[in-house]
Amino acid sequence: MTLDLLRLLLTIALTGAGLVFYVAGTLGLLRFPDTFSRLHALTKADNLGLGLLALGLAFQAPGWAEVAKLALIWLLALLAAGTVAQLVARAALGRGAR
Amino acid sequence: MSTWLAVLAVGLLGSLAAALWRVWHGPGQADRMMAAQLVGTAGVGLLLILWAMGERAALDVALVLALLAALAAVGFVKASSVDGAGDPEEEAPDPSMIKGRRHDP
Repeated sequence: MTLDLLRLLLTIALTGAGLVFYVAGTLGLLRFPDTFSRLHALTKADNLGLGLLALGLAFQAPGWAEVAKLALIWLLALLAAGTVAQLVARAALGRGAR
Repeated sequence: MSTWLAVLAVGLLGSLAAALWRVWHGPGQADRMMAAQLVGTAGVGLLLILWAMGERAALDVALVLALLAALAAVGFVKASSVDGAGDPEEEAPDPSMIKGRRHDP
């Protein structure tokens, strides 16, 4: 019984932290004064939120295949966010957003 | 457990709503593109929650959405470079050389 309880508590704690980072990233996107600082908030905080969410939900996964797929999704999101942030920043720079 | 997942889903939908405000207000086109990125990331999070609620197919949908969100940004960058070639670092070629240049700055 304690193993299931432990899994449940871990899932709730990690996904709660993930939600906190999601909200922090979104607040950063809304409140920050400059295009590039918003890009920072969006790229870093949201991906950490996604990572914590995936980690938390991994405890509910029936098998290791789902855990591997969750990790793959988070890895793809990380790589995508990193390159996208560079691209959008350069596009914004070219557009005169100093 | 499922109530906790519902609470998470509502929180993520709240962050999506905030992203829509940035789409509406965003001074620059880059800000609107960032909000679209947030929709992609929060969408992947929502799909993971949907997967945890029992909808096992949502995991693959999340993978595809994560990929497509990145390609949307590539589309934005390609549209914003002067001749559509996509490399923002290039110096702007001679305007007379570009046929059908959009008026967009």
